[in-house]
Amino acid sequence: MPNLWGRENKVSHESNEPVGPYAVVAEFGTPEELISAAEASREAGYRKMDAYSPFPVHGLSEAIGFHCNKVPFAMFFGGIIGTFTGFTLQWYTATIDYPMNVGGKPFNSLPAFVPITFECTVLFAAFTGAIGMFAMNGLPRPYHSIFNAKGFERASQDRFFLALESTGKGFDIGAATNFLNTLRPISVSEVEH
Amino acid sequence: MSTTPLNDRMITGEQTYAAMDQNIGQLVLNQRIHKRAWFIMFTIGLLGTCMLATAITWLIYKGIGIWGNNVPVSWAFDIVNFVWWIGIGHAGTLISAILLLLRQQWRNSINRFSEAMTIFAVMCAGLYPLLHTGRPWVAIYWLFPSVNILGMWPQFRSPLMWDVFAVSTYFSVSLVFWFVGLVPDLATLRDKATNKWAKIVLAIPSLGWRGSAKHWHRYEQAYLILAGLSTPLVLSVHTIVSYDFASSIVPGWNVTIFPPYFVAGAVFAGFAMVLTFMIPVRAMYKLKDYVTDRHIDWMCKITLATGLIVSYGYALEIFYSWYSANPFEWDMTFNRRFNGPYSPFYWALILCNVISPQLFWFPKMRRNLWVVMFVCQMVSIGMWLERFVIIPMSLTANYLPASNKMYYPTFWDIGMFCGTLGFFTMLMFLFIRFLPIINLFEMKDLLFRLISGEKAAVAHAEPVGAGE
Repeated sequence: MPNLWGRENKVSHESNEPVGPYAVVAEFGTPEELISAAEASREAGYRKMDAYSPFPVHGLSEAIGFHCNKVPFAMFFGGIIGTFTGFTLQWYTATIDYPMNVGGKPFNSLPAFVPITFECTVLFAAFTGAIGMFAMNGLPRPYHSIFNAKGFERASQDRFFLALESTGKGFDIGAATNFLNTLRPISVSEVEH
Repeated sequence: MSTTPLNDRMITGEQTYAAMDQNIGQLVLNQRIHKRAWFIMFTIGLLGTCMLATAITWLIYKGIGIWGNNVPVSWAFDIVNFVWWIGIGHAGTLISAILLLLRQQWRNSINRFSEAMTIFAVMCAGLYPLLHTGRPWVAIYWLFPSVNILGMWPQFRSPLMWDVFAVSTYFSVSLVFWFVGLVPDLATLRDKATNKWAKIVLAIPSLGWRGSAKHWHRYEQAYLILAGLSTPLVLSVHTIVSYDFASSIVPGWNVTIFPPYFVAGAVFAGFAMVLTFMIPVRAMYKLKDYVTDRHIDWMCKITLATGLIVSYGYALEIFYSWYSANPFEWDMTFNRRFNGPYSPFYWALILCNVISPQLFWFPKMRRNLWVVMFVCQMVSIGMWLERFVIIPMSLTANYLPASNKMYYPTFWDIGMFCGTLGFFTMLMFLFIRFLPIINLFEMKDLLFRLISGEKAAVAHAEPVGAGE
C-alpha cells in the first residue's frame, strides 16, 4: 500500500525501532462481523488491538475495550477558560483601564457583559474540542504502520479491519494469524512497521 | 407528479457503501463530470465577484458617500444585506447541529451542503459592517479589543459590540465544525484517488485520518458537543443581531418579539436558499437517490413552519403598535407601513412571506419542484424586504423637518449586493467541484442503520398481513 503521500513506503530502521511486525490485520465485510471479531479477540485474551471502519460503528470502541472521556472534559475546561477570558476582558476594560460613564450605569454592568461572555465560552470550548480531539488522536500524522496493511485503502470506503497489535517479544504471529482465520475474515495479513 | 404518499426511505436506489463513495466522490475525483452548466454558473459567480471587487475598490477610494445612506438613514442597504446574509447562514447550523441533536437522520444528506452555505453567507455578511465603517483598515480598534496607542477600548455595553463577537464566533465555530466533518470524507477521497496529485492535495487536509475506532470514539464525542455548542450559538447570533434594533427606541424596532422572530426568519430564509441550490444541483449531478423528494418535502414543511412563526411576528408587531398606545409606534405601522411611499414594499413582504408559503400546506405543491423553487424565490425576496421594511422604513424622514428626505439606493448599493450574490454563487460552485458535497461517512452510517433495520424488520416480520 502506498503511504499517504503517494510514494512507496521505505521504512527507515532506526536503532530504537521495534523489531518484528506491527500487527496482524483481518479484513471484514460488515460492521457486525468486525464487532463480533473484536469481542472474540478480547475473549481469546488479546488486549492490544485497534479496529478501523469507514464510519463510526456504535459498540466498536467498547468491543475493543477502549473508553476515553478526555475530550468532553477538555471542552468543559476550555469553555470555563473562555467564560473567564470574556468576562475579565470586559470587566477590566470597562471598570479599570477605560471607565466611561454611560447614562449613569455602573462601570461593572454585569447584564450587558453576558452576551460576549457567552460567545467567548462557546468559541474557546469549540476550539479546544476540535484541536484537542485531533491532538489526542495523534493527528495530523501522515504516516502510520497500519497503512501498510493489504487493501487498507478500503478501510475508509467499504471494508472493516481488525488489527491485533504486536505486544513485543511474547507476541506469537502465527497464533494470531490462525486465530483471526477462525473468524472468517475476507483476508488476513501481517503488517510491517 | 402524483400525490401518492412519498416513501419514507432516506436513501433510494440500489446502494452500497462503495456505490455511495462513487456517486458522491466522483464530483471531486472525476473533474470531467462538470459540464457546461457548472461553467455557466461559475462564470456568473465570477462576474459577480468582479463586480464586488470593483464596488469595494471604488468604495474604499471614494468613501461611503457613494452609497445612498443619508443622515437619518445611516443604516441602509449595508445593514439590510448584512442581516439578510447572516440569516441565510442560519439554516446550515440548524440542519447540522439542531437536527443532529434531535436525531433527525434525514439531515445527513444535506448538512455538508448547508454548512458550506453558512460559511459563505457569513463571509458575505461580514463584509458589510466592516465596509460600513468606511475605513476598514482602522476598524480593527473600533471593532476588536486590541491594545492601541490611544489607550482606548471598545464599548462592551453596546449591542453592536456583541454583534462583532457573535458573528466572528459564529463564523469560526461553523468553520471548525465544517472542517471536523470534512476530515474523514477527505480521507475517503484520498484513498479512492488514483491521480498522484489528487492524492497529495487530499492527504494534507485529511490529516492522516485512518478511521481507527479509538479516533472515531473521540471524534463522535467532539462532534456531538460541537453540535450542542452550535445550537445556543446560532440562536444567540440572530438574537444579538436583533438587539441592534430592539434595544433602541426607534419606532418599529423597539419590540420584544424581535429575537425569536429574527431567528425564525433566519431559518425561513436559509431553508429557502438551501432548496434554491439543492434542487438544481441534485438534478445536475444525479444525486436524487440521496436528496430524495422526501427530503425536499421535509424542508418545505420547515419553511412553512418558520413562515408561520414569521407571520405571527408581523401580526404581533401590528398588535404592539396599537396596544402600546404609543402614537409614534402607531404612526410607524399605519402611516409608513400600511400607507406611505414605501408601503408597496410592506405589502410585497406580506405577499412573499405570509401568503406564498401557504402553498406548502398542499402535498401536491411540495412535490412540484417548480412551485417549490418559485416559493423559495418569493421567500428570499420577502426576507430581504423584511429587513428593508425594518431598517430604512423606520429611519427615513424622522421627526425633524430637516431630515424629510427619502432614501434611495445608488448604483453602488445595488452593485455591491449583486456582487455578494455572485461571490456566494462562485464559492458554492467551487465547493461543489472540489469538496464532497454530501457527508460520506454519515451517509454510510445511515445506510448501515437502514440495512440493519431492514434485517431486524425481516426477522420480526409477521408472516401474514405485513404487506402495505
